[in-house]
Amino acid sequence: MSTPASPTVVVEDLVVCFGELQALAGVSFEVGAGEVFGLLGPNGAGKTTTIRVLTTLLEPTSGRASVAGFDVRRDGLWVRASIGYVPQAISVDGALSARENLDFYARVTGVPARERRERIEQVIDEMNLSSMLDRLARTLSGGMLRRLEIATALLNRPAVLFLDEPTVGLDPSARLMVWERLRDLREQAGTTIVFTTHIMEEVERYAERLAIMDLGSLVEQGSPAQVRARHGCPSLEEVFTTVTGHAIDDGHEGRLADVRAQRSVARRLG
Amino acid sequence: MSAPSAASRAASAERPRALAGGPLARVAAGTVAMAQAEMRKLRHDHIDIFTRSVQPLLWLFVFGTALSKSHAFPIGHLEYRAYLAPGVLAQAAMFIAIFFGLAVIWERDVGQLQRLLATPLPRVAIVLGKAAGACVRALVQALLLLAVLAAFGIGVRWSLLGVLGMLLMLMLGTAGFACMSMLLAAAVKERERFMGIGQLIMMPLFFASSALYPLSIMPPWLHVLARVNPLTYEVQGLRQLLDGSGAGAELWLDFLVVAAFLAVMLAAATRRYPKAIL
Repeated sequence: MSTPASPTVVVEDLVVCFGELQALAGVSFEVGAGEVFGLLGPNGAGKTTTIRVLTTLLEPTSGRASVAGFDVRRDGLWVRASIGYVPQAISVDGALSARENLDFYARVTGVPARERRERIEQVIDEMNLSSMLDRLARTLSGGMLRRLEIATALLNRPAVLFLDEPTVGLDPSARLMVWERLRDLREQAGTTIVFTTHIMEEVERYAERLAIMDLGSLVEQGSPAQVRARHGCPSLEEVFTTVTGHAIDDGHEGRLADVRAQRSVARRLG
Repeated sequence: MSAPSAASRAASAERPRALAGGPLARVAAGTVAMAQAEMRKLRHDHIDIFTRSVQPLLWLFVFGTALSKSHAFPIGHLEYRAYLAPGVLAQAAMFIAIFFGLAVIWERDVGQLQRLLATPLPRVAIVLGKAAGACVRALVQALLLLAVLAAFGIGVRWSLLGVLGMLLMLMLGTAGFACMSMLLAAAVKERERFMGIGQLIMMPLFFASSALYPLSIMPPWLHVLARVNPLTYEVQGLRQLLDGSGAGAELWLDFLVVAAFLAVMLAAATRRYPKAIL
């Protein structure tokens, strides 16, 4: 199994329990500096839980995780200062304009006052937002909204950008736009990107390495080509079925709350 | 928070620059940013402030006018509407505060809160920032209501110090009730219950206070409730500042109680609220 030379994210035997329920059952992986890393799996696989531990929102039950060289448990503050995070739920304020949202996040992520303007201009450029700056965020299309959210997460120049289902609810052309901007960002700024998705094609096209998660465990990892070759499968879809014994959209309907959350994200993005 | 351990610092190329300021600077920056965001929202859409001002005006001009004819309450020489005005001001601000805190469960704020929790912003700044947002709205509404009081010549003894003191009292109370509602939002996780619970606490707080009538006419059990109700002290403070009737010591006590209420609610909400939304 390939491991990156200089890991920016290190996860070792991570366990997270919610009461009786074991959401993560000993997950280990590493993400190299400047890598685009995809966590692939159905709803309830533990992708979001993993991201929440890495962004310090959730205390792990046991195991170790570090981001940008800082331990998530001991040095949480330093982790938070080193990352950008876009959760699945809408995180920009619909009643503020795009520019006001950028200004807000610049203030709360500790961007020094004298650099604020310059940083905002930079992320506007990086995420191609110049045409929508004075529009209220609630009037933006789903793709624009996601790009705005990603821009707000770049203001503090994070070492690692965490994106939880960045393209959920987006149509294919909007999804492509988001990924083009992310690819440029990675090429120009060398930002490490960790994202979750349940869309095979997205991992195949954009992730340099991936981890397949199912029922709280990490069942396979490597580059898309490596993973396919290892199982002699022509597509990741077949790899997924081989390693988990079921299809990605099989039997994981999710609770009412999940379905409602997803639909409402899709509706608000749509 | 302490400095990162030597091992992990060695692994990182440089200390993240986002931590340039100390924790207090971060609390201040976050609170100001959230209050400013609320101000900007009001500038984009001020209809809300006007629609919310209808209810306090109804209390004042319908309820207040009707009761001023009946002389039902022993309030001395005061006209009833002048007696009622501080109660209505405090109640309107409390409504804003409580619904502002509860608003988080209408999923509008969930993503933003998750984001804020993953920034270097201290948790107390998130709660204080939300409370400051409620204060901004309450402040704008209070100025509107004060303008109405002035326009209708309702017996207020105007002085600059009185108005400033009143606004300060109103801010302390509003922040306290906003924190209280965040605490409540953290305790009750089911979205559907919040409106009901909001009503369930607001009306008793309002009726078991000196907002509508003096404590002296209350039956003993209600009197006890009113005595432990922070809204009572907020209203008493406002009343003394508005009509100039107050003695110094009593006013200090009112401020002290409301400030202590805010401190306790802020501490409790900081412990419980931010994590409850995950």
